[in-house]
Amino acid sequence: MSLVPPSSSGRLPAAFTTPGSASFVEFLAQAAPALLPGNRPAGGGDLVVPHATTIVAVRFDGGIVMAGDRRATAGSMIASRHIEKVFAADDYSAIGIAGSAGLAIELVRLFQLELEHYEKIEGSLLSLDGKANRLATLLRGNLGLAMQGLAVVPLFGGYDLARAVGRIFSYDVTGGRYEEQDHHAIGSGSVFARGSLKKRWRPGLDAAGAVEVAVEALVDAADDDSATGGPDAGRRIYPIVATVDAAGYRQVGDEQLSAVSGRIAVERQVGDPRA
Amino acid sequence: MSMPFYVSPEQLMKDRADFARKGIARGRSVVVLQYDDGIAFASQNPSRALHKISEIYDRIAFAAVGKYNEFENLRVAGVRYADLRGYSYDRVDVTARGLANAYAQTLGTVFTTESKPLEVELVVAEVGADPISDQLYRLTYDGSVAEEQGYVVMGGQAERLGALVGEQWRPGLPLSDVLQIAVRALGSSPEDGVPNLELAPAQLEVAVLDRTRPRRAFRRLTGDLLTATLGTERPTADH
Repeated sequence: MSLVPPSSSGRLPAAFTTPGSASFVEFLAQAAPALLPGNRPAGGGDLVVPHATTIVAVRFDGGIVMAGDRRATAGSMIASRHIEKVFAADDYSAIGIAGSAGLAIELVRLFQLELEHYEKIEGSLLSLDGKANRLATLLRGNLGLAMQGLAVVPLFGGYDLARAVGRIFSYDVTGGRYEEQDHHAIGSGSVFARGSLKKRWRPGLDAAGAVEVAVEALVDAADDDSATGGPDAGRRIYPIVATVDAAGYRQVGDEQLSAVSGRIAVERQVGDPRA
Repeated sequence: MSMPFYVSPEQLMKDRADFARKGIARGRSVVVLQYDDGIAFASQNPSRALHKISEIYDRIAFAAVGKYNEFENLRVAGVRYADLRGYSYDRVDVTARGLANAYAQTLGTVFTTESKPLEVELVVAEVGADPISDQLYRLTYDGSVAEEQGYVVMGGQAERLGALVGEQWRPGLPLSDVLQIAVRALGSSPEDGVPNLELAPAQLEVAVLDRTRPRRAFRRLTGDLLTATLGTERPTADH
């Protein structure tokens, strides 16, 4: 397959010079449709492919925290213990993914590029709602693959520059977009993470407090869900945790995560005086 | 019905070239200069929305003079070209050379086959890890490409401004110095006896490809940042 359809003269083909669209996905549908994940037949049968698991998002005053564990599973096997599932979508938003890992990472790349492409062509950032809606459209294009068992479910959150607050959006495989209050979790460990978030989240959290709540929710999910990996102090593998606020997207460093997860581990030690 | 006259190919190409050159010379100039930490772009352009200088990719920028609708179309095509390449291969595989080739083919084909050539002149610039690996490509209306060293002036009175910039530009100057050279040249008067213009920051469009920035090297300098740039070092580095 040629990346760029040949034109008789060697000049850029019409799809490149057609004015109007600031969407990379729409351009891709014209210029190289085979590169869009939704246009690929998946075939039937039970595929055992790596699955990404638990993602949590927590709102705090002036932003959000998103955190994801590092495990990917293929059936009962651990496919990876250091996969990354939380990414910067752009400077002011984060995306975390659960579901079929290969497709999910492809979707993230496409979404990141969609936002950057818009920014370059239009010279301005999309609104947070605009970004959330674009993600819903991308998911809708994936519905055929989802029906064949290759579902991808993202969690999206970011800092709304117009309203100066952090916001969280969840999705279903059909592209349904739902704005969440305060906190949310997706993936196989989400049931346990949500229980934890409900008990630990409180209004008026700061960024550091929200990081603690998010990591603790992941620890709770890892406790009870075999597909979620907890913090691994021995290998120094910690969840990917990011904050998004007025200053933009920042990944939380391993030192802070090691301190937070160490504290949680101590609190839960058998025989701890506080227990 | 009038008889079509024979026009020699030489005459046809000359007429087209004259037509394109005239269109390009009508606009205002853009100056592109290398400095120690990157590549600077400057133009007299009071508009905050209609840009002559734009980001194409992580380390690649685009500057153009001539007809706005024509170079805007090429700019969008360039962004699409670069994003498609980066998505299909990897971000490091997008190069200014590849983009300059695609533009050259497009400009050349339009020049020879369509009724009117594109009245544009472009610079495609890529900032490298050090000044030696910086690349500056200048493309003209007929599809010819030239790799330039140090600085490029195009549009308006390009030759006169180029001579002015050439007298003062040296390799390894800091950003504030090269911008002063550019702004002085842009404001210089075409005739003796007419005073030079002092261009205010609001009348300028200025951007840089800063090699010290992590991923996306392109940054616009406007307002206070632009005013301050003429007195500080490395103002576009992230803090």
